[in-house]
Amino acid sequence: MKYFYYSGCSLEGTALEYDISTRAVMQALGVELIELDDWTCCGASAAEAVSELLSMVLPARNLALAARMDQDCDFVIPCSACYLNLRKVDEHLDRDEGLREKINAVLQEEELSYKGGIKSRHLLDVLATDIGAEMIKAKVNRKLSGLRIAPYYGCQALRPYGGYDDPEEPRCMEPLIEALGAEVHPWPMGAKCCGAGLMTTKKEIALELTGELLKAAKGADCIATVCPMCQMNLDSYQKKVSQVKGEDLRISVLYLPQLIGMAFGLNAEALKLDLNMAYTDSLRTKLKN
Amino acid sequence: MSEETRELSEGHAEEDLMAAIRENIKACMQCGTCTGSCGSAYAMDFTPRQMWRMVQLGMVDEIFNSRTFSLCSSCYYCTLRCPRGLPLTESIHGLKQLAVAKGVAEKKGARFYQTFLDTVRRYGRVREMELMARYFIAMKSPVLPLSFTPLGMKLMMKGKVSPEMPQFFRPGKLDGIFRKVKELEARS
Ligand code: SF4
Ligand code: SF4
Repeated sequence: MKYFYYSGCSLEGTALEYDISTRAVMQALGVELIELDDWTCCGASAAEAVSELLSMVLPARNLALAARMDQDCDFVIPCSACYLNLRKVDEHLDRDEGLREKINAVLQEEELSYKGGIKSRHLLDVLATDIGAEMIKAKVNRKLSGLRIAPYYGCQALRPYGGYDDPEEPRCMEPLIEALGAEVHPWPMGAKCCGAGLMTTKKEIALELTGELLKAAKGADCIATVCPMCQMNLDSYQKKVSQVKGEDLRISVLYLPQLIGMAFGLNAEALKLDLNMAYTDSLRTKLKN
Repeated sequence: MSEETRELSEGHAEEDLMAAIRENIKACMQCGTCTGSCGSAYAMDFTPRQMWRMVQLGMVDEIFNSRTFSLCSSCYYCTLRCPRGLPLTESIHGLKQLAVAKGVAEKKGARFYQTFLDTVRRYGRVREMELMARYFIAMKSPVLPLSFTPLGMKLMMKGKVSPEMPQFFRPGKLDGIFRKVKELEARS
């Protein structure tokens, strides 16, 4: 199995542990990740708020880099916003000939072109669909027994495109969590919004949305995430949210590949657990026993 | 904010964009499913359903005076559930683009987007700490950084970002692409 790997900007910065743990887990699973040396930002949520064409060209540039590498494989993308942006390009190219021409006229500036046809897939889709619970289970040598994990999918991994899981009541993380020997925390919040970029532009609202999520996670030992933006909103503002909500809402929040890596017996350094903002002592102790 | 990025947003044919959004929403039957699905609706002055009616009626000033569209987090719930299958989240992006083009976008959001894209134009990628530093400078606000301080400090302590100073005055990696986009958008 091999994929083009698009890490995106967050995974070079605040979400470094997501990048490192994803690579470690993929290596353990024997999956090859092909790097694009000259990749650039997908435009995040900024380009679409300023220019439609720019919001297509920025992700398309990365698809064009992959297209000229002459490898027949899909993209695997850990960040939900990057995933949506790259996938959006092909969804639009198929419907709009004029847009295809415009995008290529811009890409020509860098002597690049893109005709479409490379599939952009979320890391969660690849883990759940291509790799699957069985293959993951076979690599587990340190079961996460006694751990209760709340699967959090967020928005853009599922909507508007998705296709690999129910966009309102997703379940695909559950067999993976069970394969690790852990228990699934049943909650109705898996596909609800964390507030995303509103944490920067409209903090009160994002704190409210995050607060509801953290409240519903009570009873779990840990929330599993598959997006750097969700992770940041859920783990970095817990003190503030606890103040707003008037109750202690602290809980561990880890990236799904970090949890998988733990069950594979990879050590804390290999999974960069020291970089997580919310990795509580109670979870640490529980994992030791 | 650089010339390139500023003009990029001014290059839009504003009326065409508004007409396209109106066309997108033409089939709205005012059922309210979008409002019922929206996590931000409680904080909006007009609900999403009301805003779509205003779009149908061409109440442009009222739309841009309201804070409704700027509270959208792009969760795509409304788009998923709209029984008419209308591209709602995309249309909100259109409204956000228009607000920037008209210069009526809320300072905080618009500056953030512009600063972000400027960093992308210069370096190709975003280094988060530098983005924040630039954003504070662009906002000319000495108080604003405080609202990020707990996060900033924590990130630095964890070694996730290096507190580098922004480098100004350098040709950008993606200058060509940004220039061409501006040119094509001015033409359309
Ligand atoms: S869900 Fe669709 S049809 Fe119903 S009010 Fe909203 S936009 Fe109109
Ligand atoms: S996409 Fe925006 S408007 Fe639609 S439900 Fe989500 S936050 Fe509300």
